[in-house]
Amino acid sequence: MAEIPIDIAHVSKLARLALTDREAAAFSAQLGKLFDYIKELQALDVEHVHPTAQVIPLRNVFRDDVITASLDQAAALANAPDKDGAYFKTPRILE
Amino acid sequence: MTSGHEIREAVLRRERSAAEIADEALARIEAVDSELKAFLTLTPERARARARAVDEAVARGDDPGLLAGVPVAVKDLFCTKGVRTTCGSKILENFVPPYSATVVERLEAQGAVIVGKTNMDEFAMGSSCENSAFFPTRNPWDPSRVPGGSSGGSASAVGARCVPVAVGTDTGGSIREPASFCNVVGIKPTYGRVSRYGMIAFASSLDQAGPMTSDVRDAADVLEVIAGHDPMDSTSVDVPVPHYASSLRDDLKGVRIGIVEEFEESIAGDVAMAALYEAAYAKLRELGAKTVPVRLPHAKYGLATYYLIAPAECSSNLARYDGVRYGLRIADGGDVYAMFEKTRAAGFGDEVKRRIILGTYALSSGYYDAYYVRAQKIRTLMKGDFDGAFAQCDVIACPAVSCPAFELGAKADPVSMYLMDYFTIPMSLAGIPALSVPAGYVGALPVGLQIAAPAFEEGRILGVAHAFEQATKFARLREPLIAADRSRAESRA
Repeated sequence: MAEIPIDIAHVSKLARLALTDREAAAFSAQLGKLFDYIKELQALDVEHVHPTAQVIPLRNVFRDDVITASLDQAAALANAPDKDGAYFKTPRILE
Repeated sequence: MTSGHEIREAVLRRERSAAEIADEALARIEAVDSELKAFLTLTPERARARARAVDEAVARGDDPGLLAGVPVAVKDLFCTKGVRTTCGSKILENFVPPYSATVVERLEAQGAVIVGKTNMDEFAMGSSCENSAFFPTRNPWDPSRVPGGSSGGSASAVGARCVPVAVGTDTGGSIREPASFCNVVGIKPTYGRVSRYGMIAFASSLDQAGPMTSDVRDAADVLEVIAGHDPMDSTSVDVPVPHYASSLRDDLKGVRIGIVEEFEESIAGDVAMAALYEAAYAKLRELGAKTVPVRLPHAKYGLATYYLIAPAECSSNLARYDGVRYGLRIADGGDVYAMFEKTRAAGFGDEVKRRIILGTYALSSGYYDAYYVRAQKIRTLMKGDFDGAFAQCDVIACPAVSCPAFELGAKADPVSMYLMDYFTIPMSLAGIPALSVPAGYVGALPVGLQIAAPAFEEGRILGVAHAFEQATKFARLREPLIAADRSRAESRA
């Protein structure tokens, strides 16, 4: 099995995803097997290959700068876990 | 349940009403779904109202649309206005979208009768439907086995003859693998062919919606309905939508079909599977096609390339599930960051977490070039492989899967599950269209043949698949083995 290069504690912080110790250990072992495949990519010479981010030959797509109908406030807030009048409400962000 | 086009014709001729067709589909679901669990949400009232509207249009002499009265099941990844849409996840367990996906609107505008939302692997990450946060779905051809995934509920519902038509989505094989396992037709269109507006995003450069149907003609009709440019999705391409049904053919004279040497080598170890595909290629030749060997030298890197690109895009897309605007929130007194971390920890399942971790890593400072950009470069090489192959052939024919449906729990190791998409990932990375059509049985279990073509050549694929289907009729050769059907047959005997 390949050595897993991932610092799971650091990455889970970047992802804002709290992992239990059990999850961190399990994911390390499971992703290790995937890195057996991923490390094969390192053998390919791709220095002069252009990366493909998306496959269709589209460039910037613009729309006309006109106002059209959009969701009304009540619909936009309908799924909010917590709200206050016209606002989404969250725990305090700044102390 | 007959095919969608037969239903439409019967409704137009007023031999059947859309209302009774809808009731039949709902009754069939009622009879078999306690065993199969293909549906997460049923929409009987909405279905009956839609069916009545179709019957009224027919009575008035109006055109009720290309899918008039056809019962349709929709993967629970497409937003449906006013109908709960979970994406198979606890984090969206109570989410009721304020708008509908373009695919859903286009289906209903053509008279389709949506009967419910189907089960899926959470956020479309999986190949068995076992990653649903709610329950696994079963395969109608053997309920001890998985229906495939991630569009497993849609495949199971069509395979069990609950509905003739479903829609699914395919990122690395999520239409084609379950279609293969459940003996139905499933096509992943060209990236950009169908609008992604209102589809809950997994990997935005790969996700694409497509039909899963009882036959090729239905796939052609449904694709015609859902395809086309949508101003709400800037990646949907403004290419005219052909009348796909007119590409359906009954012979293959003059068609050059590429057989992928690398894929043949990897399937050769399984004698039964190799023999099934050999027979399928022989049938294509018998219909007049010429088969030519082609090579996809970078196909073997598909899995690794995909498992960098797709998780990277997923980690970015799923950052929106933070408990602020919709979905689950776990806030127990801490600050907003604690809310983010706990909400996501409680709301996501293992596979989703694994991919977020992997994708976040591949995009993180210091690793971005080594992993993510390198994978994108190999994606370019893979696209070049297909360009080379299609210089020698009109379509490619190859395995859709490496094995038939497996038993629940058989692929506990994630990488063994990832390998299920070995034959479907390369087409996804290249963005080209590919379909799975029933190709026979290994023992009692169905298996599909994959047919791929250059971008926007869905008509070629459907043409070849139709000729193969008409000459074989594998999907109709046997009936699925559901307990409800068995007990009814026994009580009759």
